[in-house]
Amino acid sequence: MLLLAFDTATPAVTVALHDDSGVLADSTRVDARRQGELLAPGIVDVLRAAGRTRAELTDIAVGVGPGPYTGLRVGIVTALALGDALGVPVHGVCTLDALAYAARRDGTVTGPFVAATDARRKEVYWARYDEAGARVEGPAVDRAGELAEEVRGLPAVGAGAALYASEFGDVRLPEHPDAAALAAFAVERLVGGGGLLAAEPLYLRRPDAQVPVGYKVVTPGGPGGRA
Amino acid sequence: MADEPLVLGIETSCDETGIGIVRGTTLLADAVASSVDEHARFGGVVPEVASRAHLEAMVPTVRRALADAGVTMHDIDAIAVTSGPGLAGALLVGVAAAKGYAVALDKPLYGVNHLASHVCVDQLEHGKLPEPCMALLVSGGHSSLLLVPDITADVRPLGSTIDDAAGEAFDKVARVLGLGFPGGPVIDRWAREGDRSAIVFPRGLTGPRDAPFDFSFSGLKTSVARWVEARQRAGETVPVADVAASFQEAVVDVLTRKAIRACKENGVEHLMMGGGVSANSRLRALAQERCDAAGIVLRVPRPGLCTDNGAMVAALGAEMVARDRAPSTLSIPADSSMPVTVSQALS
Repeated sequence: MLLLAFDTATPAVTVALHDDSGVLADSTRVDARRQGELLAPGIVDVLRAAGRTRAELTDIAVGVGPGPYTGLRVGIVTALALGDALGVPVHGVCTLDALAYAARRDGTVTGPFVAATDARRKEVYWARYDEAGARVEGPAVDRAGELAEEVRGLPAVGAGAALYASEFGDVRLPEHPDAAALAAFAVERLVGGGGLLAAEPLYLRRPDAQVPVGYKVVTPGGPGGRA
Repeated sequence: MADEPLVLGIETSCDETGIGIVRGTTLLADAVASSVDEHARFGGVVPEVASRAHLEAMVPTVRRALADAGVTMHDIDAIAVTSGPGLAGALLVGVAAAKGYAVALDKPLYGVNHLASHVCVDQLEHGKLPEPCMALLVSGGHSSLLLVPDITADVRPLGSTIDDAAGEAFDKVARVLGLGFPGGPVIDRWAREGDRSAIVFPRGLTGPRDAPFDFSFSGLKTSVARWVEARQRAGETVPVADVAASFQEAVVDVLTRKAIRACKENGVEHLMMGGGVSANSRLRALAQERCDAAGIVLRVPRPGLCTDNGAMVAALGAEMVARDRAPSTLSIPADSSMPVTVSQALS
């Protein structure tokens, strides 16, 4: 197995290559506005650093959010295009699961905890994990201050927790998910079973759009029937 | 001509996911997935709805184009993509997909200008672009007159709209008349049954001191709305066909008058038309009439290639390859306000 993993659902544009025994190369750059510019060069750099070629890839894993939509779509559509052209499967991973996996790998949490990223509009994307690292609630999007006290009281990782440190009592690192964690999580699931997600975005919100009111139809029906 | 470059073009600047495949100047496939029906109830294109639709449509539309062209992914020599101008989030889906395909196939990437693509697409129907030529580019987002010495590297704007685009005026007037969205095709249909001289609506920016090649359609739209509302307040029936025909005539009169003048003043013998509004039947007819009278050769692609599509992007990409232009880097951004003077995003 040679799995290429990346995530663009947070300000971290992060890429890693994993050969099912470990991470061969990885790269992370934090820039919330340049996912579209940084991801493809990051992929080329990681392949080159590991001395592997695109033709050797067997799997692609991509963070499917939740995360700000514009950046999120960069990762997913890139993964879909790569998978389509290379003829390899594309697996989705919840970005909060990658963040949670990184926190447990780094030892910043041991017991139950919550992972939270910035959802903008004064909200966070969040999920709750048990002591074994399994997601038991979420992903969801809410105002930090409106989360249940038992959630807010847990150790909290991620930039969403750091941003609302007064709501989350016990804020810990890491700030962002990384693709090395995402890749390791995906490989564990692929090898050990447990399944991964479809490569479809977890938007969690509907598009902002108002159906306008007050159009006065002066002529119902008409040539061609479009009216 | 099997040695001409086989180019896949990706267009996502607005609400159409367009994938085109061309070999040189030969059109092989033009697959379009439109989200227009999802926008209709909002009375206009909702950017987030368009972006979501592009993501869902991307791979299926690429697959459809490859099947239509009878080629495989590995036959592709280069990837071209609209890198701007357009809706930022929508553009980014296409640019990221194009980079994914370019990386996977190890082929060069060309990030090209949407407006230049609208001019270049006629190569697929009527052969090599005459250069220099004049281009009248009219759509829901743009209304420009361009002098084109070299479509891949030298496009000079002579004028553009100072307020609404021509297509925007069609949408707004359709709303006033209760005809729904998009306004262009429905006004065209109504206008065929109306009298285009029934009401004299204003011709914007046509005074002796006005900028000769700029356009203004905002005042026209307001004038139509006032006229219609006055009839409504008086309890009269609004003559929809006459209003549509008279409004449309005001738009196409100004567009064609200024385009012919631009050709004459610059000594250019060919006028190209492109963009969604150039699918309008009255604009095509009046442009032909006035070009014939002025001794100018009019070139306008069939309506299906006037609206946004991937073939036009592939056409410009193929021209870049044919002229040995260096490819774009994998770092090019999606540039929502890409100037028309920049045919290609290099890095």
